[in-house]
Parts: sequence; structure tokens; C-alpha cells
Amino acid sequence: MTSLPQNPSGVKLGLVIDLDICVGCHACAVNCKEWNTSGKLAPLTDLEPYGARPDGVWFNRIHTFEVVDEEAGTSRTVHFPRSCLHCEDAPCVTVCPTGASYKREEDGIVLINTDICIGCKLCSWACPYGAREYDEDEGVMKKCTLCIDKIYNANLPLESRAPACVSTCPAGARSFGDLGDPESDVSKLVEARGGYALMPEQGTRPVNRYLPPRPKKVGDDVAPRMLEHQDDSPDGAGLLARWVDKVLSA
Amino acid sequence: MHPAKSVIYFTTASGAGYGLLAWLGVLGAMGIIPADRTFGIAAFGSAFFFVISGLLSSTGHLGRPERAWRALSQWRSSWLSREGIAAILTFLPTGLYALAWVLLGQNTGLAGIIGLAGAGLALLTVFTTSMIYASLKTIPAWSNGWTSLGYLVMALTSGAWLGVLLLAVLGEPMPPYSLSVLAGLTVLMALIKLLYWRSLAKAPARSTAESATGLARFGTVRLIESPHSEPNYLLKEMGYRIARKHAGKLRFWGLFYAAMAPLILLGVAAGYAIPLAAIMPLAAASFAIGLVLERWLFFAEAKHVVTLYYGNSAV
Repeated sequence: MTSLPQNPSGVKLGLVIDLDICVGCHACAVNCKEWNTSGKLAPLTDLEPYGARPDGVWFNRIHTFEVVDEEAGTSRTVHFPRSCLHCEDAPCVTVCPTGASYKREEDGIVLINTDICIGCKLCSWACPYGAREYDEDEGVMKKCTLCIDKIYNANLPLESRAPACVSTCPAGARSFGDLGDPESDVSKLVEARGGYALMPEQGTRPVNRYLPPRPKKVGDDVAPRMLEHQDDSPDGAGLLARWVDKVLSA
Repeated sequence: MHPAKSVIYFTTASGAGYGLLAWLGVLGAMGIIPADRTFGIAAFGSAFFFVISGLLSSTGHLGRPERAWRALSQWRSSWLSREGIAAILTFLPTGLYALAWVLLGQNTGLAGIIGLAGAGLALLTVFTTSMIYASLKTIPAWSNGWTSLGYLVMALTSGAWLGVLLLAVLGEPMPPYSLSVLAGLTVLMALIKLLYWRSLAKAPARSTAESATGLARFGTVRLIESPHSEPNYLLKEMGYRIARKHAGKLRFWGLFYAAMAPLILLGVAAGYAIPLAAIMPLAAASFAIGLVLERWLFFAEAKHVVTLYYGNSAV
């Protein structure tokens, strides 16, 4: 059924992405590609990967924006990972004519049944966030699964049961959890940092949240003090060094 | 949006076919067009040709056309699914009506009622097609009232052109006011298009690079590095730019071929007593070129909000 869940469980698994921390290294995109190309919606087909115009399916992309405040005369660079937000009112689900696109009742993950997808691409038109990509090779749509084959995998140690992008982020900019539970770590993080949804005016009610960059400390913006030079005097140097110093200083 | 040839052919051809079916249903049932066999074969033949070839063409842009039948299942939520069902349902009354017209020589009474039902379903199908586009909030140029109005009026106008063309070529008697209605519809169509473009130009942006990133509090957002060096699916499908670059010229030529040239030709034919059979093929061909150009623009000009992540500042 491509109608949205009638009785959602209240669990809303999703990501919290901290734009204050993200350094734009693309590790999350690469590890996403690596895990998912053999995961539930595998393969993430590449076309001409070593050719002049490489193309292929990715679930996660990192954009870099410059944000300029003309009045204050300041600007900042923000690295911005973009992936499926697992919306509560997911328009990609309701437009699907076949029932291939669906939202899970138990945890809110939005998935595609590629066995019945006809590749009409309408879901990608309906999504404001560019979360869906067409696999030209297989003729079906692909999208982020929130690593459903990893987060529930009982064969993995508990700390590994998180989406690949979260596990791999070297900076700790990504968190994963139940955003439907106000007591969860991710919900508290969102609360504390003023996490927000993207394009709320589109009415999709995304689950994922972004944490804003922290404000710059204006006025404190000076280079750190140089350390005092430690080896101006030969005191404490080795015997040979002191002898060389003595000879050359003469 | 990428203007897929299969979808442009589908929407224009099936629109004209359904438009003609609607006219045949209404005008036949009212006794305005007699159930002439030759005209019936030509009219229903071409209407079904355009509808069926259009529907087949629409499956041509699917990644898995062999699974197309699955698209009928989600009518509760999906306009695409509703369109598929409406298209199939329309074949029932219109097929029966065509048989009654061609084989029994009847198009009034019971046959007329079936014809009217067919006309209603044909227009309903066009409406469901328009709603596929009108229901997409991500594309402000489509998600407004003009889309359905435009699709319906264009289907009726192109159906009228097809019908009058067949009447003229076959030398059948024209129903009264045929040419006036045809000219009036053509002007109405052009007017709707002009008002549509005006409303697009006036509409405030629905989403911005700031709302897409949530960074408005820090200032103006500008892309400085794309995630990838080569265009990906999103940019190929949703980042089409050529049309917007030449929008002014293309809009003019669309209206020129769809409305100005055919109306001038009709006027010249009336003024110089040139037989309609000679002028209609030319006028209808010009109309068809204009219609396809208009539909190409409808897709190619439409901006998708996902482009906000790729350098657009407002959509």
C-alpha cells in the first residue's frame, strides 16, 4: 500500500546531522555507497565509473554552501550532507502508483520494493530533497534505507547497529535514533541545539533534523599567541649541543 | 524538468484523442452530428489511435514497462494510478458508442447516453492526467489551478481541431458554428496560457536555498561546491535549463503556431473562399506544432525545488 501508515507505532527512526561539526569529508557518502551497494537495495549501479562522465546511484551527498551576512560583513562555509529525511507525510509514498514505495508502520523508514517498482520516476519528482535516484541499469528507483540491514542486524555488535554514514563519520557529526521518543538521546540533542527540519513549507514533515552551526564569537577572532621559544639558552641541552653552542658562540 | 518525448507525445496525443471522444459523445448525443459511418470510422479511428498510441508511449518512459499493470493498484492515493484506471474505464462506453455509431448508425437515445458517459470519462481521464502534475508541490509551476484548466481546455481544443479537420477532409457537412467554436476555443487556450505565464511571473518563491538548508539566520545561502563533478540523475531529470534561457522566444513561437497562424489561415480561407479541405490540414498541422511546443515548454520550463541544493536561489 502506498497510503501512509494508518497506525504508526510512534517510533520515528532518523538521523540528526550537526552542521557545526561536519567538515565535508564525504566519508559518510562513501561508506553509504559501500554498505548499500551490497545491501537491501543493492547494487548502487555505476555507469562509466572510470569514463569521461561517471554517473551512478548514491543515497547521500555532501554539498558545500557559503552563507553570507551582508550587514555584518561576515560569511561562513557550511558543509551540508543531504539524504532521505524519512518524512512522516512522505509525498514519494503517496504518489507511487504500484505500492512499491512505502513507509514502515513499525519505525517510519521509507523503503522501495524494487520487485514491483515500474521505474516511472514520479516519486523522485515528488521528493523536495532529491532523496530518490533512478537506477538506469535496473530500471527501478533506489533510496536510502537507513541501513535497515545494518541497524537490525543481530550478527553485528551493538555499537555497529547504526547506519553506515553514522558509524563512519570521523567527526561525530551524525547521530541516529528514535526521534519519536522525546527521552531519546537524539531528541534531547535536537532539543538542546534547536534542531530543525528542511523546507517545512513543503509540508512533508521530515523526521531527520539538522543542528545549526554555533554562532561565531565575534571579537575573539585573533590568531593564537606564539609559544615562547624554548631553546634560546643552552641550559638543559645535551653535552654535545652545549659544546657546539660554546664553540660557535665564541 | 527534463521534457521526456514519450510523455510529451502521451499528453498531447491522448489529450486530442480524449477531446475528440468528448465532442463526439456530446455532439452525437445532442443530434448535432449525424451517425455517419464514414465519419464515424475516421473520427473514432483517429481518436482511439491517438489515445492508445499515447498510452503506449507513456509506458515507454517506464524503467520496467512490463510491470505497467501494477500501476492500477494504488488509486486511493496516487493520481497516476487513478489516471490508469480512468483510461481503461473510458474504453468501455466510448468503445460501445463507437460500435453503435459505426455498425448500427445510432448515436442518440440509449447510444447517446453511453456517448455522454464516454465523454465524461474521457474528460475525467484528462483531469487525472493533469492532477499527476498539479499534485506535485515540489514544482510550483505545476501545482496550481492553471494546470488542470489548461489540460482540459487544450484537450477540448485539440479534439475540436482533429474533428473539424476530419469533417473538412471528408467533405462532411459542418455542424453550425463549428469554425466559430474552434476559433473561440483556440483564443481561450491562448488566453489561459498567457494568464498562466503571468501568474507564474507574479507568484512569490515557494522555497529558497535558505529554507532548503535552514541557514537563513546566518545570511544568504550560495552553493560553492557541488557534491559531484558530473551531472547525476537529479540534475539530468530535474535540472533542465535550456528552456528557461529561451523562454520568451519559445513561448511566442508556441502561441504563433498554436493560435495565431491557424486562425489567420482560417480567416484567409473564409475571406478568399478557399475550400476548407485545402486549408484545414495546414492549419491543423500548425496547431499541432504549437501544441507540442507548448507541452515541451510546460515540462522544460518548470523548476523543481531540489535545484535549490544545486545553485538555484529560489523556486
